[in-house]
Amino acid sequence: MSTIVLLLITGLGLGALYFLVASGLSLIYGLMGVLNFAHGSFLTLGAFAGWELARRMGGESWGTLIASLLLGMVVGALVAAATEFLLIRRLYNRHIEQVLVTVGLALATVALFDGIWGTDPIYVTAPPWLSHTTEILGARVPNDRFLLIGAAVLVLLGIVAFLRYTRFGLVIRAGVENRSMVTALGIDVRKAFTVVFAIGGAAAGLGGVLASHYFGYVSPQLGGSLLIFAFIVTVIGGLGSLAGAAIASVAVAILQQFANYFLGGTGDLMVVLLLAVVLLVRPTGILGKKA
Amino acid sequence: MTESTTAVVTESILTVSDLSASIDGQQVIESVSFEMLPVGVTALLGRNGVGKTSTLRAILGLIERSGEVTVAGERVDREPTHRIVQRGVGYVPEDREVFASLTVAENLRLAERDSSPNRALVAELFPDLTDRAGQLAGTLSGGQQQMVSLARALVNNNQVLLVDEPTKGLAPLIVMDVARALERAAETVPVLLVEQNLQVVRMLAKKAIVLEGGRVVYDGSAEELLGNEALTKELLGVA
Ligand SMILES: Nc1ncnc2c1ncn2[C@@H]1O[C@H](COP(=O)(O)OP(=O)(O)OP(=O)(O)O)[C@@H](O)[C@H]1O
Ligand SMILES: [Mg+2]
Repeated sequence: MSTIVLLLITGLGLGALYFLVASGLSLIYGLMGVLNFAHGSFLTLGAFAGWELARRMGGESWGTLIASLLLGMVVGALVAAATEFLLIRRLYNRHIEQVLVTVGLALATVALFDGIWGTDPIYVTAPPWLSHTTEILGARVPNDRFLLIGAAVLVLLGIVAFLRYTRFGLVIRAGVENRSMVTALGIDVRKAFTVVFAIGGAAAGLGGVLASHYFGYVSPQLGGSLLIFAFIVTVIGGLGSLAGAAIASVAVAILQQFANYFLGGTGDLMVVLLLAVVLLVRPTGILGKKA
Repeated sequence: MTESTTAVVTESILTVSDLSASIDGQQVIESVSFEMLPVGVTALLGRNGVGKTSTLRAILGLIERSGEVTVAGERVDREPTHRIVQRGVGYVPEDREVFASLTVAENLRLAERDSSPNRALVAELFPDLTDRAGQLAGTLSGGQQQMVSLARALVNNNQVLLVDEPTKGLAPLIVMDVARALERAAETVPVLLVEQNLQVVRMLAKKAIVLEGGRVVYDGSAEELLGNEALTKELLGVA
């Protein structure tokens, strides 16, 4: 029982990380049809920014942790918005070029991070409470899981509220459904593109700082490794669906945890199998719109 | 007020000259030229697939085009779609294109460009929409969706409306509702109307432009065209 509780909560925590990356990927694809392979770099940069701040302010305080989470968000948002504005904007509806540019950017930034921070993992310090455990139904659950889950829930609620209650949110929801009709109503949908990149970048940057605490280190590879699963999650959830991304994040991460524990470390394999099954049975993903 | 009315009467609100357009590299209209009447309804007619929808979409820059388009005397053919629309070009697309996942109220709110939208007019023309403000547009009937699509254009103070087959697939009774709404709209804003229902054209249009194979083959009085059975049959394939 306690093992199952631990696996479930750890799965939820990991799912929270996947969601923070996948939410942006899914929104960006849904509105613009862009597969953003550079999304992992927003995460990595957020993580390094958070670490740089923590190392100056002293990583053990809660104030530092909160400041580094906020900094990760801001850095992620700014870099993502700049990426959209300077690179992607010129390439709408040119899907091959988009892939080339975002993949190129991902490779270039990883090399850049290698150059600045080195290729070795850098261990992070956090408020001691995060590395303690809390007993739930007999399971000793590391506290950082709760931080991850709480942050992802807040991000989910924040994005949902933004989409539902703001003018930009209205434009984005309409644009995901029918972009050209939005422009035919006299709306400059490109502004919404930048906003969506900024939101996705903020979530990824936040995810970067959280990931550094979950794994205990930062490295230039951090974003790339999470990005693969985030893409799988996005496809399973249905490209363009935020709710789908949330459900699939949790499902994939929990499946991964259980398969790793009970089926001899086959978590990644099971995730790929799940992806294959979903693509065969329901090619649009759980909540994706029909083509 | 008097001044702007005079201006509207003396220069055409929308002119198209030598407009060609292509979709995926395939030419769909060729060197189309016409002027709209400055008031009332101008009908854009032709058999299926002759390029009526493409003409409207080319005017709006929704498909690749070349040639000249002016709105109120100013060239707009180099501008992106949203700018052209912001000049006061309202568009009611073929097949309505309401946002299915948004409510009726959200569809209308999204469309409102002016600081003083004509909500009263919309409420008066389409009382049904007020009652269904909270309903998802995707769950409306075809006729109700058409009302939403028309309302999205009528809620703004436009200089010209481009309306593409607003009665397509609607029951006869609703066809007349839509026609009356258009008639009412045309009292204040000139309308370029693509329409297959010739009864509606007869009722609303003074001028008619007919396309065939992506080119203009008739440009003149709607009454004369529809009064001439042989010509109507030749150009539109129906009597
Ligand atoms: N998305 C598209 N891809 C390729 N060809 C297209 C596309 N849309 C339209 N066409 C072609 O362009 C030509 C003109 O089409 P258009 O829709 O403008 O005609 P229409 O006069 O509006 O027809 P209808 O009366 O059936 O609405 C047609 O030959 C059509 O096959
Ligand atoms: Mg058409």
